[in-house]
Parts: sequence; structure tokens; C-alpha cells
Amino acid sequence: MKHVIKREQLRPDIIQTIEELSGQDIKSCYQCGKCSAGCPIAADMDVPPNQVIRQLQLGFVDEALRLKTIWLCASCETCTTRCPREVDLAAVMDALRNIAIQKGIRSPERAVTLFNKIFLSTVKRYGRVFEMELIGMFNTGTLNFFKDMTKAPKLFFKGRLKLFPNFTGRKMANTVFKDVKRIKSSGPEENSEPSKGI
Amino acid sequence: METTAGSKKALKFAYYPGCSLHATAVDYNESTLAVAEALGIDLVEVPDWSCCGSTPAHCTDELLAAALPAKNMIAAGTVADEMLVCCSACFSRLKFAQKHIEEKENIRTKLSKIMPVEQAQSIKVRHLLDVLVQDIGVEKIAELKQQDLGLKVACYYGCLLTRPPKVTELDDAEDPCFMDDLLTAAGMETVPWPYKTECCGASFSLTRTEIVLRLVADILQMAKEAEVDCISVACPLCHANLDMRQSDIKKKLGLKYDIPIFYFTQLLGMAFGLEQGKLGIGRSLVDCKELLAAKGIK
Amino acid sequence: MSADAKTRKKPPADAHQHAPNDSGITASDRRPTPRVGVFVCHCGINIAKTVDVKRVSEEIAKEPGVVIAEDYQYMCSVPGQQMIVDAVSQHNLNRIIVAACSPKMHEPTFRRAVGKAGLNPYLCEISNIREHCSWVHEDREQATEKAIDITRTILEKIRGDDSLDTTSTPVTKRALVIGGGIAGIQAALDIAGSGYEVILVERESSIGGHMAQLGETFPTLDCASCIFTPKIVEVAQNENIKLLAYSEVESVSGFVGQFEVKIRRKARSVDETVCTGCGICTEKCPTRVADEFNRGLVVHNPDKPRKPFGKRGAIYIPFAQAQPKVATIDRENCRYYQAGKCKVCEKVCGPKAIRFDQKDEIVTEKVGAIVIATGYETLPRGVYGEYGYGKYENVIDGLQLERMLSAAGPTAGDIRRPSDGKVPKEVVWIQCVGSRDESKGIPYCSKICCMYTAKQTRLYKHRVHDGQAYVFYMDIRAGGKRYEEFVKHAQVDEGTVYLRGRVSKIYERGDKLIVMGMDTLSGSQIEIPADMVVLATAIVPQHGTEEFARKLRVGIGENGFIAEAHVKLKPVETSTAGIFIAGAIQAPKDIPDTVAQAGCAASKVLNLFSNDTLTSEPIVASVDEELCSGCGLCIGACAYDARKMDEKKHIVVVEDVLCQGCGACRAACPSSACELKNFRTEQFINMVDAIT
Repeated sequence: MKHVIKREQLRPDIIQTIEELSGQDIKSCYQCGKCSAGCPIAADMDVPPNQVIRQLQLGFVDEALRLKTIWLCASCETCTTRCPREVDLAAVMDALRNIAIQKGIRSPERAVTLFNKIFLSTVKRYGRVFEMELIGMFNTGTLNFFKDMTKAPKLFFKGRLKLFPNFTGRKMANTVFKDVKRIKSSGPEENSEPSKGI
Repeated sequence: METTAGSKKALKFAYYPGCSLHATAVDYNESTLAVAEALGIDLVEVPDWSCCGSTPAHCTDELLAAALPAKNMIAAGTVADEMLVCCSACFSRLKFAQKHIEEKENIRTKLSKIMPVEQAQSIKVRHLLDVLVQDIGVEKIAELKQQDLGLKVACYYGCLLTRPPKVTELDDAEDPCFMDDLLTAAGMETVPWPYKTECCGASFSLTRTEIVLRLVADILQMAKEAEVDCISVACPLCHANLDMRQSDIKKKLGLKYDIPIFYFTQLLGMAFGLEQGKLGIGRSLVDCKELLAAKGIK
Repeated sequence: MSADAKTRKKPPADAHQHAPNDSGITASDRRPTPRVGVFVCHCGINIAKTVDVKRVSEEIAKEPGVVIAEDYQYMCSVPGQQMIVDAVSQHNLNRIIVAACSPKMHEPTFRRAVGKAGLNPYLCEISNIREHCSWVHEDREQATEKAIDITRTILEKIRGDDSLDTTSTPVTKRALVIGGGIAGIQAALDIAGSGYEVILVERESSIGGHMAQLGETFPTLDCASCIFTPKIVEVAQNENIKLLAYSEVESVSGFVGQFEVKIRRKARSVDETVCTGCGICTEKCPTRVADEFNRGLVVHNPDKPRKPFGKRGAIYIPFAQAQPKVATIDRENCRYYQAGKCKVCEKVCGPKAIRFDQKDEIVTEKVGAIVIATGYETLPRGVYGEYGYGKYENVIDGLQLERMLSAAGPTAGDIRRPSDGKVPKEVVWIQCVGSRDESKGIPYCSKICCMYTAKQTRLYKHRVHDGQAYVFYMDIRAGGKRYEEFVKHAQVDEGTVYLRGRVSKIYERGDKLIVMGMDTLSGSQIEIPADMVVLATAIVPQHGTEEFARKLRVGIGENGFIAEAHVKLKPVETSTAGIFIAGAIQAPKDIPDTVAQAGCAASKVLNLFSNDTLTSEPIVASVDEELCSGCGLCIGACAYDARKMDEKKHIVVVEDVLCQGCGACRAACPSSACELKNFRTEQFINMVDAIT
């Protein structure tokens, strides 16, 4: 038996955080499985999406935060669109990912989290995505140096790959990253002035 | 030419290309600008716009995921009342940001400390497809048609353009038809097929490529069974996966499709008789020259 | 506080300015000095747990006019009621207040007790300190204060109450039953069987409803026609039943015991008294259209591709056992009505029954009671885009499959899929399509689908031995006599594969339907390439129910079904006296429950007919002739047609027997000429003053 449900674990406090963060009522789910039936990625997940909700309903929060499933969700919104109880499952997945990052839980889908991190760092640095660097850093990070490298020259000659980043949006992105970091570190009561920006 | 759609109202938008249209999807950008010009739509690029944060932002931090779009929407508001977006993923993130600011007090309060959020809320975010159907109208599209492409097209809407309907506020999420309506008006034959809105795995293109190959192969297979000449898309991420991954599918899965992928703007542009060079035709990895030659499309 | 109340007792001048003209002026002179008895009920712990009932009686006893105030465990019990009777004589009381539960519960009980004590029953009032106080509050101190305040207001009201007399009206001992399905037929037969006349109105061209469409029925698998046809025939032969098919209720006026109903007899274009139902016209009619009796199901006929199964002529008889068995012309599809030429039916008709110039007719009937049995329909097509319902030919609904299963159906009982007429070898059933789906606006369970799905898979297996049936379900709700055993048969003996989960999407691939489903118990996705899919679509109220309910002045529940007066205790009564409900118009239900409920509704009608006269409620509105300006606003506001303009005097008059005492006229009247007996403005002002 993989899990034993202990009475004390049912509805722990963190469920409320997940519910607030996602804006969803976890209890609403009646486990019909329509989300999983239509999930394009379910075959590659460790548990189907409906079971992520079930784990939360039963208080297996720590287990849920360590699932591959939450990182393999493509946010395609199919589940959200078709849920008969109108639970926005994609939003719950977002909340779980946010919390997992906050808690420093190691992602079982390292490639996905690494990509997200590098992506945001290039956005922070240049304001817009710079593919050359993104792919290069990602391949370095995953020790898979030549992945998709055959495509680069083709794309370049088709005029679809830039060799140098564009800095036009840097100011805006920089301001946002800085401001978001500041309001997150300051308490909700404190008042902070907007940075000079656009 | 600039007065073609002028009779209704002056169509002016703050244009948000998003990162892809300035890079891998430069052909979408070119064809959008060309078609907009032909239709008399005035596009003013959002000043100094930045990335919307895309999937990595909402996976990481809900505040950042709302703040990046909000800041861009505020900037857009300085040049027009409505914002035009071509990338379905950007469109989705901008609309989601508005919804979250509207519905989540926590986000609204926090963001209001760093920017005038009400300005982000007041702008209307539109997808190009919606603008062409609603504001221009299929009659106008039919009028502008210069040549019959004779193409049989599968319209691929992808997931984020219509889903979830409460956010996108567009066509029927299960069986959208508005791209079909446009292309039909421009003289193409579109097919009913079941994979219009199935996900291509977009964000996993680099990270979990094998998943994307499986999903894309399924989509291409359905299009093949519908016996189409090409697939029309409205999103740079869909295009990247459907076009760029065909060679990998051949190599890894042994399935050969060679189905040309066009942006719907490229197809419209060609139907309007615009120069192919101005529409970015030929920039995709799957060759389309053969098909265009066979159909006698210039 | 009571002293405060007294100092503020004088209401503002303008509020009282019409009071002298109110009919109450003379009455208030007549009103004796109040000697009020107040009885506070504990209701076990229901009230006493939150409200200090002792304090309530002590406080209220201090009020002027209160002679005695007591509390008791259960005022509604026999000793509780006796307390009131005894107190009236001992203390010479002339007004009684019971502080207890809602007047909806026990006002009649206590008014009866007061009547027994020799007082006018309308001099008894209820102070609702349970629903309005103890049940909704937690703080004992505050709840007690509130209970005292509520009782004080009632004390002020009762000071102004007058003795009222009931009037009696005769009962017309004829019943109207609306809807000719199994519910309406059963109710009509039961009432007629007791010797009373029944008018049975049916919207379609024949009675029979949904049950006539079915193949075989659970849990016994007997054929619907075999058990139902005798009842249909009985209706036709019963001398007490006047059957008005192809007719609709236009309007209902009057009240319990004396309803007047206008019924539109729609033009069939056929003389019912002449037509013999031979059916030659339906055969010879050159038009072929989809048949609503087959729910639009049209099945390809491989032998005669141009003659698919399931269509009917523009002149038609819906089914062999129809009653009345006469033809009807569907004018929208008839060549003669649309193009002006044809008249084939007229040429072939032996008895010469065709009447192209027939017009709708309105008939008026007087009845004493009405049974609504208008039934259900299923979720409209197009709502389930993800299942291609209404788009893919081979995605059908449960009732369409019933037509195939029916021996008298378009395929004579053979199961063939619509697109090519082939026998489907892999069939998927999906339960809860719409039901329990809030995203489609239907939160409730449709109750019958688990059972009929199990039944259909069994019947399928009986007809297609090498076929495989799959059922996607969320829960199996088989709570009924022999139901669970029936489902077990499907699972074990007939080999139906049950998969626990909802289907996400269905799409067509080649000549298969790909069903993308899930089995949540094993956590596995499953794709079934099916030949045909059957959707157990949600049961929804008959279309037009909302407007129909307005005509009959009955309430609608939250899901659009007609509301019963009390979910548990008055399941067949409606909010309007004399109007009852039976069958699926109250809520989804199966045949056994429907028959039982129809019998219950009939017994309520018979119960009513056992009286020669009925007493009517005296709390009605009145018009002050001097204040009434004759503007007529109140006439429009009255939902019961109880107000008429007296053209000579140019004022409005009230018909007491029609007035339900709702007070809408009072709110509408700009000159304060309307007053409700024992609910006069003056009383209300005093009530408000008592607690402000």
C-alpha cells in the first residue's frame, strides 16, 4: 500500500493557500475524470490530473508538490474548459508549481523548471526572449549540447534566428521584475511607491 | 488602399507582436503587417514592449505573470484604445492577466502599488482573427480576393486561442469556425476535422520534445486523413511545433508528412494577391514552394 | 424599551393621514380592550437552546394589554393547545399570540385551538421566533432580545386585528388533467374511476407521451406497449374522460373548486369524428420528413437508400396504438399548405375526413381541480459540442435508441446505426450527459439514466450477440426495488463493461467514433473506437414550462421544474390550492414513481371533491371608495384577476373569492386606497414603532 490516509491529514491549512492562490474550491471536484480523459499529456504523467486533486482533497499535499504531473501540465486549458464542476484545474496546477518553487521543492522534471528559469532570466536581462541564448543555456544546463542545433543554421538562413538580442523592452521588464520582487518582500500593509517606468 | 475598411470606423490598434513575431515567427509579423495594410488597419507598435512572461512566468509566480502583461497593456493604452495581438499564447496571457486583476483582490492590491492597474484593465485585448471577422467582416475579405488559391486547408486553432472560453471570449471552444469562415471567404476550401483545438505541446518543444513529437504527429495525421494541402495556424508556437518538428517526426517516429504550415495571414495575403516576399512565404522549414507551384499560386 | 416605544407610539402625521378613512375606523371603535395571552414555545431545544424563553414570556408580560404570558415545551402538542383553550376561559382572553415556529407550520393548528376556545380564529397570531430567530442566530443574549422584539411587533399587530369570517363556495366536481403521458393518463383514470368527469388535454396529436416511445422497461424488461396500450385504450373508452388531444391550455382563471379553463383545439386539418385512422393518407402522402415521435432519428436503409427508416408523411398518425387514432396534417411540411398544390390525402381518403380550411377553436371548461402532468424532455442537441451531439449522425440519445428498440419503431426493433444502417458491434453509452454538470447549467441528477442505460445495454446484447457494450458512468444510482440486481445482470451476465469516468471528447475518424474516456478507478485513459455512441442526456422540464406555470399561477423551482408546496410533506400540491402535479414535471422520475405520484395527485383531487363547498380565506384586500381614483394600476398588479373596474362609479372593486391576500395591490396603489384585512398600514406602522 503506497499511502495510508491519516485522519489528521484531511484538510490541512495549506489547502486553503492552494485554494486562495488558484481561486478554486478543491472540494468541488467529484472525481469524474473528464480532465484526465481529455488531457493530451496524461500518458506521460506519473498520476493523471484528477488524482492530483484527489491527493489534495485527502491532504497528500507534500506528495502532490513532488509530482511530475504538475510540471508536465501544458496549461492547454482543456480540463478547465470541460470541467462539469467548473474547477479551473490549470489554475490549481499553477498554484502548485508556484508553491513548489517557493518551498524550494526539487522538481522531478528538471528540464522543464530549468527552461522556465532560463527563459525568465533572459526576459529579465533583455526584455524579450533571445532564442540563441535560451537554447544555448538550456542545452548547457541539460548537458545536451547539440540538441536542435541542426535547426539553427536553417532558421538563420530563413531569417528566423537572430544572432544578437534586442534591448528595446529591457527597461519595462527590468522595472517589472524589480517592482514585483519588492512588493513580494514587503508586507501587504506597507505602501511602496511605483518605480519610475513606463 | 487605406480607405478600404474606412467606411465602418477608423481601425487603429496598439500592436503587440510579442517576442516570437520579432524572431522565429518573423513571417507571421510580415504577413500581418501586409494584410493589415491591405485592409486599412492602422497598427501602432506598443512603445518599448516587453515579453508577456509566457508559460514560465505563470508557472513560477502569479504576480509576475500578471505584472508583465499589465505593464504592456498600460503602455498600449498610450497609443490606442484596443490592443491587437497575433500570438495566441500572448493573447491568452494578456486576457488572463486582466481576469486575475479583476477577480483576485490580492493581485489587484499588490499590483496597484507598482502600476496604475486600472489602465491595464481599460484596454480591450483583441486577437487578429477576431478583428478580421468582427470588425472587417467576411464580406470585405471576399471583396478583396484577387486570386483563387484552390487550396484545401485544415484550420488549426490550437488550445489557447479559444480556451477557456470564459477568458478568451471568442468562438465556440469545441468547434471554432471563425478562421474557416475567413479562409472560405477568401476562396479556400476548409475541412471539418477533429483536431482543430488539440494541444501541440507548445511550451515543451525544447524540454520534453518527445511529447511534442507525439502530439504533433497526431495532429498531422488527422490533417493528412482529412486530405488537405496545408494547415493554417494563428499562433507562432503552433507554427514552430507543426513546421519545425516535421523533420524530427520523420527521423524519430519514421512518419513522413511534409504538410506545409501557413499562418492564416499568409494565406489571406496570397488570396489578396500580395507579393509572397512581403508575406514571409518560404521562411518555413517544410517546403511550400512545390505546393504553391502546383496550384499555380503566384 | 417598552416605555420608549410608547412615547414614540404616535406615528408620523402623514402616515396616518388616511387612517380615519380606512375601513378600520368603525372597526377599531368596535374592537374591545385587548386582553392578550402570549404562549412561548420551547420547541424542544429548537428555540430554547438559543432563546431564553422564560425571559421572553417575562418581558412580554410587562407590556400593556398582556394578561398572561407563559412558556411550554411543545405548544403544538395536545396539552400545549389545551393550555391556550383553558387560559382563554380562565383569564377571559380575547387575543392570543403563540411565539413559536413559522406560521406556515402551525398557524392553522393554533387558530383551530383558539376557535375551539370560542374566539374568532383570526384573533390568533404567530410570532415566528424559530425560523426568524433561534435557527439563524448563535448569540443567546441577542437572540433573546430579538425574540422579545418580534413578539412585541406581533402584539402591536394583534391590537388592530378584527374578527374575520370565512365564506364558502361550491365545488365543481370535474377535473382537468394536463398532459397525456403515463402520469396524466394514470391520474385521469384514477379520478374517472371514482365517478368524476375528467378533461384530459394533450398537446400532441395523440396521448402516450414518452412511455409510448419506449422499447422495453426496467426492471422487468416487459415491453412498454404491452403494459401501456391497455391504459391508452381505457382512456379512450372511459365515458368519464373527455379527451382533447392536439390541444393546449390557453388560460386558467378562477380558484380552487371553481376554475375556468380556456383550451385551444388546434386545427388538425382532419375531422376527428369522421377519420377512421385507416392510415391510407399517411402512406400516399408524397412528403417524407423526420418524425418527432422518433425524435428525429433517421436510419439509412441499405436496401432502399432513398427510403430511410424513421420518416413520416406530412399527414401522419404518430404510432399504431395512438389515441385518438386520427390523422393530423403537419402544415409546415405539407405541400398543399406550402405550395398550394397536392391534396393527395383528400383524394385517397375514403370517409372524406380531410378539412383543409379547419381553424383553431377555443373551448371553455369549468373544473374544480387541475392536475399538471406535462412531463419532461431531454437536453437540447448542440449543448454538448465536445461529444458532437447534433453533429455526428451516430451519436444518438437514449430516447432515440428506445425508438430503435421498440418493436413498432422505425427499424422494427433492430439496432442499426443511422449513418449506414449497419449493425453496430461496439457501442458506448455515456451517462450524466448534462446531468450533474454545472457547466451546462444542470446541477441535478436525472435519476433514470443509470437504470435505462443498464437496460439498453442488456437489450442491445439480446439483439446483437457478438456486440460489445461499454458504459461510462460516474456513480451507479440504482436505488429502487430490484434495481441493483438489474444492473448486476448487465455487468455480470450480459458482459457490459462499466468504466468509471466521464468522457472528454468524441470525434469521427473514418467510420468510427473515437471516444476519449477515462477510468478513474485504475487511473487510465482509454480510447474506444465505437460504431455508435448513446448519450444518456439530462432530463429537463418540458419546453414552455415557465410561461405555462405563469398561466396557472404555480411556482417554478430552481431547476425549472414546477415546484411542489413542500418537498417532503406536500409533494403533489403546488403553491396554488386545487392545482396538483404528477410525474416528471415535478422532478425527473421513472415509471413506477410516476404512476405512484399520479395516483397520489388523483387522491388529492378526490379528497377535494369529497366536499360540496370550500371555505375561503378571509384575509383579502379592500378598496376605500373615497380614496380610489380609478387609475386601475392595481388591476394590472393583481395576479389573480380579483380586481375589476366598476365603470359606473369609476372605482376598483375586489372579488373576495378570487383575492389571495398577497398585497400586490396595496403596493401598487398610489393613493393608499387598498388595504388588506388585518394587515393594514396602521398596524404595520405600530409594529415598526414598537421596536424603533
